[in-house]
Amino acid sequence: MSKVMKRVATALAFALILAFGTQAASAQATLKAVQDRGQLVCGANGTLAGFGRPDPQGNWVGFDVDFCRAIAAAIFNDPTKVKFVPLTAANRITSLQSGEIDVLSRNTTWTMSRDTSLGIDFAAVNYYDGQGFMVRKALKVNSALELNDASVCVQQGTTTELNLADYFRANNMTLKSVTFATADEAVKAYDTARCDSYTTDSSGLYGERLRLTDPSSNIVLPEIISKEPLSPAVRQGDDAWEDIVRWTHYAMVNAEELGVTQKNVDDMMKSDNPDIRRLLGAEGKFGSGMGLTDDWAVRIIKAVGNYGESFEANVGQGSPLKIARGLNALWTKGGLQYGIPIR
Amino acid sequence: MAEIAKASARPRRARWLDARQLGSIATQLALLAVVGGLFYAAAVNAARNLAAAHIASGFGFWNNTAGFDISQTLIAYSSSASTFGRAFWVGLLNTLLVASIAIVFATVLGFTIGIARLSRNWLVSHLAGGYVELIRNVPLLLQLLFWYNAVLKSLPELHGSMTLPGGGFFNNRGLFLPRPQFGESFRFALIVFLLGLIATLVLGLWARRRQDRTGKRFQIRWIALGLIVVVPALVFAASGSPLSFSFPNLGRFNVQGGVEILPEFAALLFALSIYTAAFIAEVVRAGLLAVPQGQTEAAQALGLPPGATLRRIVIPQAMRVIVPPLTSQYLNLIKNSSLAVAIGYPDLVQVFTGSVLFITGQAVEIVAVTMAVYLAISLCTSLLMNWYGHAVGIVER
Repeated sequence: MSKVMKRVATALAFALILAFGTQAASAQATLKAVQDRGQLVCGANGTLAGFGRPDPQGNWVGFDVDFCRAIAAAIFNDPTKVKFVPLTAANRITSLQSGEIDVLSRNTTWTMSRDTSLGIDFAAVNYYDGQGFMVRKALKVNSALELNDASVCVQQGTTTELNLADYFRANNMTLKSVTFATADEAVKAYDTARCDSYTTDSSGLYGERLRLTDPSSNIVLPEIISKEPLSPAVRQGDDAWEDIVRWTHYAMVNAEELGVTQKNVDDMMKSDNPDIRRLLGAEGKFGSGMGLTDDWAVRIIKAVGNYGESFEANVGQGSPLKIARGLNALWTKGGLQYGIPIR
Repeated sequence: MAEIAKASARPRRARWLDARQLGSIATQLALLAVVGGLFYAAAVNAARNLAAAHIASGFGFWNNTAGFDISQTLIAYSSSASTFGRAFWVGLLNTLLVASIAIVFATVLGFTIGIARLSRNWLVSHLAGGYVELIRNVPLLLQLLFWYNAVLKSLPELHGSMTLPGGGFFNNRGLFLPRPQFGESFRFALIVFLLGLIATLVLGLWARRRQDRTGKRFQIRWIALGLIVVVPALVFAASGSPLSFSFPNLGRFNVQGGVEILPEFAALLFALSIYTAAFIAEVVRAGLLAVPQGQTEAAQALGLPPGATLRRIVIPQAMRVIVPPLTSQYLNLIKNSSLAVAIGYPDLVQVFTGSVLFITGQAVEIVAVTMAVYLAISLCTSLLMNWYGHAVGIVER
């Protein structure tokens, strides 16, 4: 139950730091702190299949994990120089605010209130998600609109909790929500039939379904009831660090657009295409402008591949989740992922 | 007592001018100033740090719309219309509800087991001893998870619900009982009942006084039964039995209508009551053992039956010893109720330092308010128990 205690403890420790400490003078110097430490500290999910959790050997894997490895690769040329801190939805923001982690890469929705009142900034949307519902097949429910009067298990401290109430209200349905501090507890309660439905971002539903006693007897309903742009976040006030996080994402998207993959990156260095040459540092000084080396993108792509490769390997066709690219396809293929030009 | 107070008044006034006394007061004032200054500096520093980190501060969020749903609300609450402030009150009331009911259960159970432990019956005393040793040596959180995950979730699912006699349902979504619906004229029966209760209390007081004064006993039992039960029942029948029940019924997903008792509430109530009862039993046992054996023997020599000896001689003297540690147990129970977060019961910590904190992100204000609330509840409980302790304490003559 350390999670529950930890949650209160984090809030309390944060209050104490605010009361008696001085704000880290290093608001401008996250990169320097990371370099001096020799390690990036990354806030990750810890339990969500496909996005961030340790595999049976204890190695962290997942889409959000890859993103942190990409940053570490850009800085140290070594994707293993990351320490992952598992966070709940409830304590993730506080961990970032208090400086416990350098970057939060934990399927976190970018919203206006979070962006403007929590002292954090969102770098770039690396996964366009939306909230969905999972139900047991035996209930014979085909649409979320049939869930009037149903009990729904939900995790606390999430946009999910708010969207759920909104959706039921907007459709004149009665909601019986059962709120838990962690996704673990909410999923367990759903699995023991305490609730008729479990709701979270649809990417999470596919991941959590794998943890149920009988995944195949549960279905994800077709409705997507919200917009959930998931984005890595950093503390507000260190623009240079935010740039590094943001461009790590765009380097991966640009690489996919330009056809640069983990395998062919060395050959691509010899390409005549100026876009590729700028991305890979053969032309211009884009990396050193951020305080990194000019081959920063090469390091990223060698470590985790381009955006599409990371997606497919962790949550797409190369994974048990088999999530379609959908909104996360490149803009040229009907999706929303659009590489901001490197020039 | 009065004489002593008067006698000590004069020298105290003289000592007020004592230089040493003045020095001590100055020291204490200085200490107070330092502590106060420390708190002030902390508050100012926190505000400055929050501003520097671009984090919103203050209580502006209090009147903003909450937007999230709460599974158990004692006062009207809706996610669309209610504020974070309202959510705070909902959580606080849920905490008070579970804590107060658990205190009653724990006290009854604890006294029963404490007394049973001193029983001369081998089986009874050893069963009670076994209970105490088993319960107080297993962490409360584990017991809570046991009740919630092992006991309540293994109840039948909705469509296999146990049907209770009288039209209730029992399943893994909770206990659903008929909801009483009071008619217009029910208030007549209620008024007569309350009048009967007051009359009985007055009569009891009078009987006690008379017995103290003259030694004559007055059997109040049958009159009380008449006043509290029979007369209101007659009025109830005469006014046309204005009480009906709305029965719960099985819907597609949930039981609809009726009174609903959530499994989260039940699990927390069981765990808190059963756990605290083990400690109260030990407090009670200690209190009873602190009464000298001679008191019991004297009572027996006077011919009092064992029940009356316990009620009239032993327990009143034991209460002096029992009340202070009992207060501690009550305080522990109230604070332990915050373990609700582990099973999703919407208490103050779950709602306020949970959902509200993580939606608003204002950790400092919310944690401070929550700590202040627990402090206030605990101080009130202590005050009440101290007052009770004085009331039941033996008046030495």
